[in-house]
Order: sequence, then C-alpha cells, then structure tokens
Amino acid sequence: MRVLVVEDDLEAQRYLVKGLKEAGHVVDDAGDGEIGLTLALSRPYDVAIVDRMLPKLDGLKLVAEMREERSMTPVLFLSALSDVDDRIKGLRAGGDDYLTKPYAFAELLARLDALVRRRDPGSVKTKVSVGDLELDLLSRTAKRNGSGIELQPREFRLLEYLMRHAGQIVTRTMLLENVWEYHFDPQTNVIDVHISRLRAKIDKGFDAPLLHTVRGAGYMIRAHA
Amino acid sequence: MRTPKILRSQAFRIVAIYLAIFAVSAIALVGFVYWNTALVLDRETDETIEAEITGLVEQYHSLGLPGLTDAIIGRSIRREQGIYLLANNNRRVIAGSLDGWPQVSPAARGFVEFSYERRIGTATELRRARGKVFMLTQGFYLLVARDVEERRVLENLFKTALYWAAGLMVVLGLAGGLVISRNFLARLDIINRTSRQIMGGDLSRRVPVTPADDEFDDLSGNLNRMLDRIERLLHGMREVSDNVAHDLRSPLNRLRNRLELAAMRQAPDSDTARDFDAAVQETDRLIGTFNALLLIAEAEAGSVRETMRDFSLTEILEGVSELYGPLAEENQLRFVVRKAQDAGLVHGNRNLISQALANLVDNAIKYTPAGGTVVVALENQAQGPALVVADNGPGIPTEDRPRITERFVRLESSRNSPGTGLGLSLVAAVARMHEAELTFEDNHPGLRAMLSFKRVAEEPRPVKIMPVRAESQREPVH
Repeated sequence: MRVLVVEDDLEAQRYLVKGLKEAGHVVDDAGDGEIGLTLALSRPYDVAIVDRMLPKLDGLKLVAEMREERSMTPVLFLSALSDVDDRIKGLRAGGDDYLTKPYAFAELLARLDALVRRRDPGSVKTKVSVGDLELDLLSRTAKRNGSGIELQPREFRLLEYLMRHAGQIVTRTMLLENVWEYHFDPQTNVIDVHISRLRAKIDKGFDAPLLHTVRGAGYMIRAHA
Repeated sequence: MRTPKILRSQAFRIVAIYLAIFAVSAIALVGFVYWNTALVLDRETDETIEAEITGLVEQYHSLGLPGLTDAIIGRSIRREQGIYLLANNNRRVIAGSLDGWPQVSPAARGFVEFSYERRIGTATELRRARGKVFMLTQGFYLLVARDVEERRVLENLFKTALYWAAGLMVVLGLAGGLVISRNFLARLDIINRTSRQIMGGDLSRRVPVTPADDEFDDLSGNLNRMLDRIERLLHGMREVSDNVAHDLRSPLNRLRNRLELAAMRQAPDSDTARDFDAAVQETDRLIGTFNALLLIAEAEAGSVRETMRDFSLTEILEGVSELYGPLAEENQLRFVVRKAQDAGLVHGNRNLISQALANLVDNAIKYTPAGGTVVVALENQAQGPALVVADNGPGIPTEDRPRITERFVRLESSRNSPGTGLGLSLVAAVARMHEAELTFEDNHPGLRAMLSFKRVAEEPRPVKIMPVRAESQREPVH
C-alpha cells in the first residue's frame, strides 16, 4: 500500500520508512506539517502516519485541514504525548487511530493494516467465516464445521474482532482497545489468558488450528498455516 | 438547632460587638452629661437656698418672728421660683407660699426634694421643688425651697431620649449588621465557591472582581494573581513533562525500532535473535516504567479533567473483573465479584479508574498463592461508592502500608516478582485526582484495598447488597 509518513524526527523517520519499505509498502515522507499537507492533498494514499508535534503545521491541524479538504485517507497519529487526553484530541481532530511513542513496529504495521481494511465497504456483513469457522453477527452464534460453539459475550466480541481482521496480525493492545475499550497497559498479559480460553473453544478437537500466535507481535486467525 | 449562618458570620459578630461597645459608650456619655448638668443646676439651687436661709435666719435673729414673717410674706409675693414656709412644731403654717407643710420630715437634714401644688388661675399643677429645712429656736421650722420642675422635665426628657436612642441603636445596628454580613457572606460565598471549583481542578476559574475596588476586590485580585501563577507553573510543569516525554520517548523509540529491525534480519531462533528479543523486551519494560511515571504525573497535575464525566462504577467493576477473572482462575484462585445495587454515580475518568482497579486486582492475583480467594466488590458506603479488592494472601505488614504507594517502593517480599513499583503509586494518584480515599486494611489474613469515592450529588436510595458471582466463577465443590 501507499503510505505517507509525516515525521520531523529524521532518525525516527528514516527507520519508519525503512521498516515500512521492508514490509513491502510504498512510502513518501515529509519533514514538516506543510509539506505533509501538500502531499496528502495531492496524491492518493492508503494511509498516513502523522506525528502530533510537527514544525510549521501541527499534526492536529494538518489532519483537520485534510478533513476539511475532503481527504478521507485514514490517519494514524504518532505521539510522544502521554495518551490520556491527547488520544481523544487526536481522534476528535479526525485521526483514525493513535499510537504512543515508543511503539513496537509490529504494532504499527498491524494497525496500518487494520486501518486500510476497515474502509472495505463489505464490513456490513452479517456473517464472517474463516475456513470452517462461521460467525453469525445477527444471532451472535458461532459454528465450526456445522456444530455450535458456546461463547461468552466478550469471547464473541474477541472472536469477531479477530475474524474481521482474518489474515492480519492483531496485537494485544489492539484487542484491549477494541474488545475491552481500555487504553492502558495491564501489567500482566491478561489477554493471553482470554486467547487461550477462546482457542480451547474453537480449535480443540480440530486438526487445523485457526487461531495462531505471532511471536513478538500478537495473534492472527487464518484458515491455512 | 443550629444558628443561621448569617448570625454566625464574622461580620455579624464584629457588628454586634461594635454595637455593644458603642451603646455602652453612648449611654455613658449621655449619662455623664446629664449627671454633670444636674449637678451644676443642683449646686446653683443649693447655693441660693443656703444664702436665703442665712438671710432669713439673720432677719429672725435681729427682728424676731414678726420680722421673719414679714420677710417671708414679702419674698413669697416677689419671687416666682422661691418657696418659703414658716411653721411651728406642729407643722402648722404660720406664713409662706404654700398652704400646708409638704411631705417633708421637719427633722430632715440637708437638701430634700418634694412635690407641691401650685395654682395657676383655677387649675393646680403638681410640681417638684428642692429645698432645706432649718430649725429655728423656739420650735419653729423654716423651709426654703426652689421650684425644680424644669429640671425634672429635663431629666425625663433625657431618660426618654436615652431609651429611644438605645432602642433605635440596637434595631438599626442589628439591621445594619445583618445587611453588612449578608453582603460579606455573599462576597465570601463567591470566593469560596470559586475556590472549590478550582480545587476541583478547574484551574481556569477566577474570582470575579467588582468595580467597587474594596478589600474584597483586593483579596480576589490577589487570589487571581496567585491562581495565574499556579496555572502558569502547572502549565510549565506539564510542558516540561511533555518535553521530557518527547525528548526521552523519541530516542527510546529509535532504540526500539533499531533493535526490532535488527532482530528481523536475524535467522529466527538464532541466539542473536533471542538476544535482540530480550533487548526489545528490556526496552519495553523501560518504556512501561516511563509511561507509568508520566501518567502518574499527569493524574497528579489533574490535567486529564477534560475527559471526566459522571458514570457508574458498576460498569468499571464488571469490565475489570471480566478482564481479570480468567487470569485469577488460571492462577487457581477463587474470584468473587460482588456488586452493591444503586451505588450511585461518580465523576471521573473511566480509563484511569479502570486502570487503578486493574492494578489493585493485578496485585491481588499476583500475591495470592494458589487456592486463595480474591474478592472484587463495589460497596455502597455512607459517603459514596467504594471499590474494594480483598485477598487472603500474605497481606502487607501495618508498618509498611503507608509506604507502598510511594513511587518505586517495592517491599522485600515482592522484590523478585515482575512489576515497576509504580502500580500502587498510580492508584494513589488516581485516587487523589478523584478526591477519593485509598486505604489498605488487614483482611485477616490478606490485604483489603479500598478506593472510596464521593458520590455525585443525587437522591440517596436504600442500600441493597446482593452478592453476584462472576460469570466465570466455578462453584467450589463442597
């Protein structure tokens, strides 16, 4: 995908661009808000990564102007500001996601992926399926290979989120934010316990596991290994 | 019954004390003037009377009784003010300006005052006189007096004036006192109300200054300047912490990125890859500590108030216990959730309170050995709802309890378990920010941590506590 990186810390920018290119993306970069805005409005990007604090034009204003000019490119804010109030400000200004520095690169990639796919119009589906696992979003039931699986409401939301992002890496923070709606770092890896319970329900007794752990990054649900 | 606030106000007390002092001094002044005037008048009268007695006694000595009688008759006719009376020892009047002997003992020594009747045309009027009785030889009594009715009228006038003045002074003084204290209270109330709002974290509030430019405006002005300064300092502190955050996070970010990219280039499962992974994890721990510190600083500065709203703690209790329940079971702990119904609303930041509760639950799970019980409860207490996390683990010795919320304090017993030593500091900071109270008690055995909030003003409703088991809890076998 085409990614725009607006970041004034040149060192960070260099690594970001390098990492994104290594991950197979096409990257443009801007060192300040004004250049960033010009690029964002003149070329089509799949996603933009914007630092909150930028010279010339602040990140918040940049995104606000983009939205005013009807540019709907999803924006992920990067910020060194602690994220209690700032996250909300960022999202209010028109950002789509917010990541606090320092972040794990895997986390960034996973979130970019989620941002780009979220725009698919097909997200109003009433059924999601991965392999022989089927989720009915209306009746809130799950079936694997035709037989029903008992899920707690939260387990259903967890599975739904994973399945909506099938084939993508989903990080623990993303799960905590989207399934539990918490924006904090639980000291213990509570998410792992929930995943292992879910795994016991959907994968136990089947030869081909669907729910995979991606080392150092998070989890992924997909049909084939 | 409590006295009304207005009567307890300092302004009213000052007015009352001032009124008392003023009344006493006014009465003393009027009294002194009256007493002095009366004294001078009396002395004048007395001197005249003495002189007349001396004159008449001389007449008596030189001319005998007839001479005295003549003199008395002469003077009685001539003098309007003077009263002269000569009587024998049976008090029968021989000569004088009165028809009979007045209510005065003939044996009286010194000056006496008495009433007498005076005829004006056909009417008679009762008047006051002051005089002296002189005993002549051969049992005759001579009474010389002067009319002091005018002085009596003056005296009465003074008395009436005094009563009226005192009464008016008290009434007007009290009324003035009430008005002044009401004004004082009104202005103080404004300052107090603003102060409370500011203490509640709304640092942008200022005390209104009136155009009167009086002491209160001085006080308000000073308070406002102080607030400006505090706000500037807080703002500065925030700026510094933002800058520190920016300055330190960026290099940490680069460090992590470098390590991550370098790790990607290693053959998976090689020793170097493992080393890089470990280094990344170390960086993450560093970042975690750093984030926690910044979050505490932020909670303490109260700068996250924008995101505060009213909400029910039930939602937080359910969310956090649902998140941690499975972890507790994984650690073979009984995990019990209890919810008081109608615990009321609190005003705060949902995310921070969730994190505070999560930290307490996390600690309880971490330090309670397998087979133990962790209870997470929402209790409805007198002053408001309270979140309680109780375990039956080893607990914390009483002498260590005050220390555990300090930053980076880790007790000897927990030194080897993972954690930053900031978890409880954050809980304490969140408590302070929400004006909640964080207490640690002995759970016999174990620890009972309680976060008591102030209820958002609302009609109190009857308390009903219903033990509700967590969805995930399995019934223990009996």
